[in-house]
Amino acid sequence: MNRTRTLLAALGTLALLACLPLLAIPVPGVLPGYTYEPGTLQLLALCWLTAALALSYNLLFGVAGLMSFGHALYFAAGIYGLAIVLDRTDVPLLPAAALVLVGGVALAFVVGAISLRVTGISFAMVTLAFAQAGNVLVRRDQGDLTGGEEGLALATDGVPAALVGVVNTRNLYWLALVVLLLVYLVVLWIERSRAGHVAAAVRENEVRVRIIGGRPYLTKLVVFVLAASLATVVGMAYLLLQSGASPATSTADFTLTLLVMVVLGGVGSRWGAVVGAVLYTLLDQRLAELAHSEAVAGLPAVLRIPLSEPMFLLGTCFVLVVLFLPGGLAGAAQRLAARRRPAPEGAAA
Amino acid sequence: MSGSNVLEVRGLSARIAGQEVVHDVSFEVPASGVTAVLGRNGVGKTSTLRAILGLVERSGEVLLDGVRVDGERTDRIVRRGVSYVPEDREVFAGLTVAENLRLAERGTTAHGTTPERRGLVDALFPDLVKRAGQRAGTLSGGQQQMVSLARALLNDNRILLVDEPTKGLAPRIVTEVAETLATAALTVPVLLVEQNLQVVERLAERVVVIDAGRVVHTGPARELLDDPELVQRLLGVSAGGAGDEVSTSSTSEEVEAGR
Amino acid sequence: MSTLILLIATGLGLGGLYFLVASGLSLIYGLMGVLNFAHGSFLTLGAFVGLAAGNLVGAGTWGGLLLGLVVGALTGAAAATVTELGLIRPLYNRHIEQVLVTVGLSLATVALFEGIWGPNPRNVTRPGWLASTTDVLGAHVPNTAFLNVLAGAAVLCGIVAFLRYTRYGLIIRAGVENRAMVTALGIDVRRAFTLVFAVGGAAAGLGGVLATQSLNYVSPHMGASLLIFAFIVTVIGGMGSLTGAAVASVVVAVLQQLANFYLNNTGDLIVVLLLALVLLVRPSGLLGRPA
Repeated sequence: MNRTRTLLAALGTLALLACLPLLAIPVPGVLPGYTYEPGTLQLLALCWLTAALALSYNLLFGVAGLMSFGHALYFAAGIYGLAIVLDRTDVPLLPAAALVLVGGVALAFVVGAISLRVTGISFAMVTLAFAQAGNVLVRRDQGDLTGGEEGLALATDGVPAALVGVVNTRNLYWLALVVLLLVYLVVLWIERSRAGHVAAAVRENEVRVRIIGGRPYLTKLVVFVLAASLATVVGMAYLLLQSGASPATSTADFTLTLLVMVVLGGVGSRWGAVVGAVLYTLLDQRLAELAHSEAVAGLPAVLRIPLSEPMFLLGTCFVLVVLFLPGGLAGAAQRLAARRRPAPEGAAA
Repeated sequence: MSGSNVLEVRGLSARIAGQEVVHDVSFEVPASGVTAVLGRNGVGKTSTLRAILGLVERSGEVLLDGVRVDGERTDRIVRRGVSYVPEDREVFAGLTVAENLRLAERGTTAHGTTPERRGLVDALFPDLVKRAGQRAGTLSGGQQQMVSLARALLNDNRILLVDEPTKGLAPRIVTEVAETLATAALTVPVLLVEQNLQVVERLAERVVVIDAGRVVHTGPARELLDDPELVQRLLGVSAGGAGDEVSTSSTSEEVEAGR
Repeated sequence: MSTLILLIATGLGLGGLYFLVASGLSLIYGLMGVLNFAHGSFLTLGAFVGLAAGNLVGAGTWGGLLLGLVVGALTGAAAATVTELGLIRPLYNRHIEQVLVTVGLSLATVALFEGIWGPNPRNVTRPGWLASTTDVLGAHVPNTAFLNVLAGAAVLCGIVAFLRYTRYGLIIRAGVENRAMVTALGIDVRRAFTLVFAVGGAAAGLGGVLATQSLNYVSPHMGASLLIFAFIVTVIGGMGSLTGAAVASVVVAVLQQLANFYLNNTGDLIVVLLLALVLLVRPSGLLGRPA
């Protein structure tokens, strides 16, 4: 009964989100305008794609316990891969996307196979190093492929007209929503699968898994490659939405912001990752606007400088969550629910 | 009540990686002599000692000289005069013998290190004086055990917690370790975890038997050791010539409790 | 021949800088199991504050530079101490959370530095000698390379002496091996934590001021870019091994210089390949203890 209700609520929310481009709802202070306006839809679509990316990172970090600092590499591989294929060849969008996905899987497999030879903090550093190599390649602009610091504009010849231009933002919005739904379902499926259970067991106690005959390395590699492939898919949608690739998406800092979102929402919680990502994206946007507002410009330097740096506020916020809100938003929600509905005696221990 | 007991443990539980391995253990250690903790491999003996010291997650009460110490950090508890000789010695392999000992000196505060104590250790372990400059990692198992014991005996303790000091040692060294402990026990009470029943017979006055994380028997050592049937039932070994038959292989509990 | 000498000399100089960052990272990781992402911020802060202090005496003078180095080191140490006491200690033994707060701190502080000093690099004024070169067997070696090597060597000797001859050094060496046993000997190991953070922060702050002399600019991002290579150095050298960090600093930096010159500017990529290679052959790093 409870499950049915949750499912109905989820479907209702999804239907509402899908209808947003057809409605004129203002959300002052959160969204820049009415929900049907391209600017608003663009921001919301960005939220959905970021949420999808955060979900893929949560699969890695939250479910399998793999703290990667290089997840941006596969996201950027999707963005730049598709941008380059569309730019340099006449291959239409869908085959091009399939090609890039294969490339992304291969890249993840090689990097994962090497990085997973070490665990814990070493693993984090090695993934970071590989992502850094990707970042260097992108910025170096070898053979004029990536456009260096300028980035690369989307070549629209192979892209269906319905996905190009500001007038079609609502189509891109729906695409983003579909990607989010798809990623959510895939992540759900992986978590419920045998591999997902083994991955979670490996996170808790790798030795025990090995003793009972599991293969931790292989399981981790599978999850690593799946999470990376999802990031590649999201990256391709991101390219279409932003109609261009920028080197910022390949930096270590970008992965760190994913980590911030997942921790903010609650490590290991799927809806936490979604909420964390949406909240982060909206905050980032709003805080940037606050930074350039006249109200802030008139303040003394002690207040003006911190307030005009969104990343400072977000970073501080994140530190506070880690220190004082274990389990992030999902953890807090759980505690609230538990307080409202006191657990039966004995269950507390 | 607590006047005659140096250590009291009441309702102590311990968890490792979220799993409870010691359940509601209670016992006392009198202010003199050796109290031995016995039990089969992996029943929670080591975890009990580590829980007393706060080295693993724990709940319950630990009283030292009638004062509760279970809320305190490990280093504070140790400074109250509780020295620990861990299973597998845990000497610092990269440090020299002299450095291992220097690290263990607790200064001249109460329960600290005194010149007399240093002299006593030098007299008890002449071999270590000779090997002061040698890295502890290059010592034999028996020599490492001597370093571990010396680290504890350097200080003016209220109690010694000693975990399987004879594990994996040659018979001649076992005797040597037992004699050293017997000497130490003349001046300070000892809580000893030991598998070798001959050593227990030589040293212990009282025994606490643990099974599956719970205390299943307490009483005078003689009473247990003189009753082969009880020994067989509680410890799963026969009392005669027990030392050689007790397995010293490491168990899952020991692996997990390792660090 | 002179090109090779030049490349090796500049590589050694760069290695000196890497070591100043990596030494602290390695010590902190070895003792506490914490990967400190905020280490780059200690460096950047040390650089800005150190330079500002030096400018009070006179930009481009030796006195100013000397004061800058001292103030930079002290600033790095102070920032690190505050970080350890305020953010790391409350999360005692929760390594993931400890890494996360340093991540948050690094994101927040870089943004703050940008707000205070502007996002773009600023040129610095160096003492005349540091801006010029010295002829070594026909190679024009920048004098900053000598300074960096000197500083790296001095810090290495200083830390080794500290570890070998002081009580806290003894505690730290023992703690790297077996932290729980150190507490079981009645030692409050947390004080050693604060100390390694302070020492690491001082080395990073010193490295920050030195880096401004080599790069000829100061920027809010210099810490982050050096940090990534310091991470690589730490893993290649073996996490927690000081000598490993020293060796790897030199190897990585020299290799980077050589590849940049002879292999079409591929230094950064070669370093990552080296990292992959080391991990395949020896997952615990060059001088790390096998896990």
